[in-house]
Amino acid sequence: MTKFIERHPAWALIGIIAIAVLLWLVFAIWPPGLEAAIGRKRVFLNAVFNGITLGGLYFLVASGFTLIFGLMRNVNLAHGSLYLFGGYIGYAVSTWTGSWILSFIAAFIGVALLGVVLQLAVFRRMEGQDLRQTMVTIGLSIVFADLMLWVFGGDFYQVQTPAWLIGPIQLPLLTAVKSSGEPVYLQYPLVRLVIFVASVVIGIAMWLALNRTRIGMIVRAGVDDRDILAATGVRIQLVFVLVFALGAGLAGIAGVVGGTFQSLSPGEDTRFLLASLVVVIVGGMGSIPGAALGAVIIGLAEQLGSVYIPTYAIVVTFLIMVLVLAVRPQGLLARR
Amino acid sequence: MSLLQSTQLRAEPTAAAARRAFIRAWPELQNPAAWLVALILVIMPVIANGFFLIEIFGTTLILGIIALSLMFLAGYGGMVSLMQLTIAGFAGYMVAVFGMSGNANISLGWPWWLATPMALALATLFGTLGGALAVRTEGIYTIMITLAIGAAFYYFTNQNWAIFNGHTGINTVATPNFWGVDWRADIAFYYVTLGVAATCYFAVQYVSRAPFGLALQGVRDNPRRMAALGFNTNAHRIAAYAFAAFIAALGGVLQVWNYRQISPGSVSVGACIDVLIIAVVGGITRPVGPFIGAFIFVLLRTFAIDLLVKFGLDGNRFRLLIGLGFLAIVFWSSDGVIGLWDQWRRSGKAATTRSGGGRHG
Repeated sequence: MTKFIERHPAWALIGIIAIAVLLWLVFAIWPPGLEAAIGRKRVFLNAVFNGITLGGLYFLVASGFTLIFGLMRNVNLAHGSLYLFGGYIGYAVSTWTGSWILSFIAAFIGVALLGVVLQLAVFRRMEGQDLRQTMVTIGLSIVFADLMLWVFGGDFYQVQTPAWLIGPIQLPLLTAVKSSGEPVYLQYPLVRLVIFVASVVIGIAMWLALNRTRIGMIVRAGVDDRDILAATGVRIQLVFVLVFALGAGLAGIAGVVGGTFQSLSPGEDTRFLLASLVVVIVGGMGSIPGAALGAVIIGLAEQLGSVYIPTYAIVVTFLIMVLVLAVRPQGLLARR
Repeated sequence: MSLLQSTQLRAEPTAAAARRAFIRAWPELQNPAAWLVALILVIMPVIANGFFLIEIFGTTLILGIIALSLMFLAGYGGMVSLMQLTIAGFAGYMVAVFGMSGNANISLGWPWWLATPMALALATLFGTLGGALAVRTEGIYTIMITLAIGAAFYYFTNQNWAIFNGHTGINTVATPNFWGVDWRADIAFYYVTLGVAATCYFAVQYVSRAPFGLALQGVRDNPRRMAALGFNTNAHRIAAYAFAAFIAALGGVLQVWNYRQISPGSVSVGACIDVLIIAVVGGITRPVGPFIGAFIFVLLRTFAIDLLVKFGLDGNRFRLLIGLGFLAIVFWSSDGVIGLWDQWRRSGKAATTRSGGGRHG
């Protein structure tokens, strides 16, 4: 951090000012002039919270994508299908058993098993052929999309939020002060906050697993140089299968999360594939912290964009990608 | 190597050498099968009725043109771009926006001879800018970036009502009508499409053997060495994107004339991927591949439903069939149908030479 400030004092200053402005916007009571210019603070705060929690969801999808890409150089364009598949499993399990938690476990295991099958039966046969693997994932995404359409139809499904998470909670953030002097606090859906906290926990757990354990060390070494790692006697195929299962399982969990906050329908697979592509391009391919940063940036841009410039919201997301590619083509937090 | 040879040949002034160079430049003209296919395509309106002419052959040629632009990038440039359909769709939208259509509040009402070049120029610019973005990273990343561009354009057309008229799109787009001919009438439109497709085909064929195309293939095979030889590799790649974007834009203009409407569904991610499927199934090493792929794709799309129902299956599973067929091709052939054909012919030839004299090896 200090190194960054030393090297780019101007950028660091701009960044600090931006963070300060954002913090002021979040915590201060807005003067009437500002409310007249850009609308009410409640709308802004809701957009920020929606953006950050959506970022949590994007992180869950994109971290699996980036992990698989980083280690195996496999651009898994069927990742969106894995997401949707997880969502459908979660929906089926939660309607069947009525348990929300169980639906996460089932989605993780189910999609991770699918990932294992894919890695063993398909990708292992074409190792090192990046383009062919990508083509295969495209074919798989078409097949999966049609199979899921066959089984679940074109309806919208929503995973039932458990009773103890329904309803808003009051956050200690002022949105306005009534004319009587009574403060108004922000109300926000509890379930989104819980899911966000869970995705942060998963992110930290992944970071710890990658940086503090032996298997994490092997994975990191594999990201850097797969061939040398294999030459040192590590059973690289086993590592590949594990990482693919983990990445796919995370996509499955994300599917249940997405099914809870939003809804599941055909076409969501493409939406989340696009989201993970952009997140990974912005954050840096193969980097978990990059995926986290990219996810928050894209989530915020999408939500703030859809509130303040509704017909051009997607352009904002896209412009961020263009800007990153123009300034730092390898992504914000990539090492190479 | 071949660059050297061709310059040497050009230096020889004799007529025989010129003839040999001509044959080398256009080997199709020596192939009787190519002449036969060309003849069949030219007299097609006599053989096929309106439905087959436009729905099958016209659509095949249009999709073939768009896939040809991908084939050029992927086959000669090594860049698999998933945004070729997006460029085509952009050109189509521009034709609808600048020209005349049923949505008078959006369309500017320019005549076709002004709107079409404008659309082609803007779409080429769009493709070039997208390409300039995509070449900033390498190899496999190209797919991701171009897919992101394509998907972003799709969502943008869905959201934007001022220019793209949201998810309803632009309907009843006017088609050219001059010299007393309605160029959208079946037979006239078929010949327009055939003419454009043939021009694009020969243009790609020519460029692939021109110094630029050879340099591009060099950049594909070994960018470092080409850079060391003094070639500007990124400039070559961006120029390839520009050329491919122009071809895709031509296909897009024909497509909007064909359907007379354009909507976000025409530029959806699925449609972008269909173009890749067409190119890969046909084969991405030769310009004829995309047209073969498009023919198979259109036949499947049109008749798979009837066929599936006939076998007692659900007719809606057409995309499953496409996906499985694509997977099979990617698994078993490195170069689509052309690759299978070559393999088959080579094995046939090997068998005959072995039986004849066993000189194979």
